[in-house]
Amino acid sequence: MSQEIKTFTISVYTENNIGLLNRISAIFQRRHINIESLTTSQSEIKNVNRFVIVVKITEDQAIKVVRQIEKQVEAIRAYYHTNDETIFTENCMFKIKSELLFEEPQIQNIIKESDARIVTVNRDFFVLENTGRRHEIEELREKLDKFGIMQFVRSGRIAVTKEEMKVSEILEEFRNQQ
Amino acid sequence: MNTETIKKEVNKAAKTERISGSEAIIRCLIAEGVDILYGYPGGAIMPVYDELFKYRDRIHHVLTRHEQGAAHAAQGYARISGRVGVAMATSGPGATNLITGIADAQIDSTPIVCITGQVPSHLLGTDAFQETDIVGISTPVTKWNAQVTKASEIPEVMAKAFYIAKSGRPGPVLIDITKDAQFEEFDFKYEKCTAVRSYNPVPKTDSNDVKAAAELINNAKKPMIVWGQGVILGKAEEELKAVIEKSGVPAAWTILGASAIPTSHPLNVGMVGMHGNYAPNKLTNECDLLIAIGMRFDDRVTGDLNTYAKQAKIIHFDIDPAEINKNVKVDLAVLGDSKESLALLLSELKENSHDAWLKEFNDLYAIEYDAVIKDDLLPEKEGLTMGEVLKEINNYSDGNAAIVSDVGQHQMIACRYAEFNHSKSNITSGGLGTMGFALPAAIGAKMAEPHREVVAIIGDGGYQMNIQELGTIFQQKAAVKIVVLNNEFLGMVRQWQQLFFDKRYASTEMTNPDFVTIAKGYHIDAKRVTKREELADAVKEMMESDASYFLEVCVEKEDNVFPMIPSGASVSDIRLS
Repeated sequence: MSQEIKTFTISVYTENNIGLLNRISAIFQRRHINIESLTTSQSEIKNVNRFVIVVKITEDQAIKVVRQIEKQVEAIRAYYHTNDETIFTENCMFKIKSELLFEEPQIQNIIKESDARIVTVNRDFFVLENTGRRHEIEELREKLDKFGIMQFVRSGRIAVTKEEMKVSEILEEFRNQQ
Repeated sequence: MNTETIKKEVNKAAKTERISGSEAIIRCLIAEGVDILYGYPGGAIMPVYDELFKYRDRIHHVLTRHEQGAAHAAQGYARISGRVGVAMATSGPGATNLITGIADAQIDSTPIVCITGQVPSHLLGTDAFQETDIVGISTPVTKWNAQVTKASEIPEVMAKAFYIAKSGRPGPVLIDITKDAQFEEFDFKYEKCTAVRSYNPVPKTDSNDVKAAAELINNAKKPMIVWGQGVILGKAEEELKAVIEKSGVPAAWTILGASAIPTSHPLNVGMVGMHGNYAPNKLTNECDLLIAIGMRFDDRVTGDLNTYAKQAKIIHFDIDPAEINKNVKVDLAVLGDSKESLALLLSELKENSHDAWLKEFNDLYAIEYDAVIKDDLLPEKEGLTMGEVLKEINNYSDGNAAIVSDVGQHQMIACRYAEFNHSKSNITSGGLGTMGFALPAAIGAKMAEPHREVVAIIGDGGYQMNIQELGTIFQQKAAVKIVVLNNEFLGMVRQWQQLFFDKRYASTEMTNPDFVTIAKGYHIDAKRVTKREELADAVKEMMESDASYFLEVCVEKEDNVFPMIPSGASVSDIRLS
């Protein structure tokens, strides 16, 4: 088993219950594992939630953490994947003074080159939004930083996996069980 | 798609009735077969206590003297009977006082359901009087927990609570119920829970894994079994016994596995772990096949993992997939319920015997006997030993008593020397090591199985952590036998201070009160023994008493428990002195 520390994306399908976030995050906290990012949302299945958790750990730890998560009564299934096994992205927003848009023509080029989208413009500020890998977002932030950023925010990773996760089958099996 | 998340028992006879949430809680408990519960009233749980009063001829509430006592009593009830123990407390401090018992039940896989009152839902999050986030606090130490704010949720949540607590690998469940939900009326109907969509309590046993296990066992020259509480929780004692006898494999036990197979069984080779027997610890590092059954390779069992059974192939039978390769990397895992997997294994095993290998265990036992056991059980020195007290208790119990031990030196001595003929007879706090466990747990055990002799073995330290439960014993007339082995020290810590901290006895010496007077204050018959010649008669008097009885034995102050695997050492470096 590899003891090399790598980035793993942990996907968890759960019931939609209050308190489950606490229960899942406690599994990481107890093992002194820092959560790089955590996103929860509705999954492709009605009333089933999906957690996408990014951690830097060994594969051995990833296996153990996934088993501890699956042990939780309201977790349906949990999986871990490497970056290569997932398609992933992050989202970011920048709030910047509007005057810069006119005073610093370079900003317009940066926006064009990065495929960022202007969400809104008013007299005081404009808001840029972009989607991409972490290094792409960081690159954009560095470029804009020179001009002054009023606010910056980045979302956690969201990811889909290349392999099937067959959660619907588990639920179907339960439905047919007597 | 159907979004039903639980399955319920079809109960066509169940009628819907309009009752309050608090009455519903009691009706749920009765429907789940609860005859006794342990608890302590307070503001936020008062409506439920009012209903308990009305139902007092159908369900017996035991008022403990502290909520921690209620949780441990529920554990004792569950451990001796295999049924779900129930504890109840009010919000805030009532609820937080349950936590130690809940954590103990979590790490020792004990099925209990704890019900806590909570402030009315409109006050949640306002720092109301006696408000505490008990669902948040209990999350890491419960198998499942939930808060109820509407009466209509009570039946389903209670049904789920009992199902989850007792199914699969058992554990504690906490249900927090706001006071307004207790008062609210609704249309009540109870159907037991039979399955939860996101929860797979018993993984299917793969018959190919069982065949592979049987092949390894059939071909092993020096196989050894280490069984744990999974055998008891799975009610697989008979299956294990049959497996041992057919295969001829010597079998050792973890502290929580004790009593699953009678002590006197010729293939029972004793306890593994830090203060376990010499032979099974030493030979863990000489066997060619280690068969772990329903145990979790706790660090107190394995010692240093880098030198644990490295020469052996290892098979792990367990119900919990998270235990596989958690601490020890195994060659083969057999998932599933121990009763089922051992029955399948039995049919694949060859009749076999391992006489020469078994003799190695017996030879090492002889070494341990000369170096340790003889002086523990038949001491020649003046001071009394803890071991000889256990020996006297064995003489009168004939191995039929349930022994409830606390935590420390006396616990190790009790587990090493108590003789057991019946399963579920060794009740102790294994994983959490909770001092104060034994007195309330013994109450729960005695009330669950009143026909059984229940003897609590406690040190002078742990006894004083829940000594207030003498009041419960007195009020309930629970015929618990209490033995305090008094060495005027926190003995296990003192032993470590002697061995590893140059005898700097920091805060381990106890100036104790007169325990006999205290027991008598609760109208419990009591006696103190300070001399060997008084011991046998005093134990006899205690064991023959029909009522509760307190026996203090003043033992040698600075005796140590051996054998011992020093913390972090290898099992094969077990010390006899």
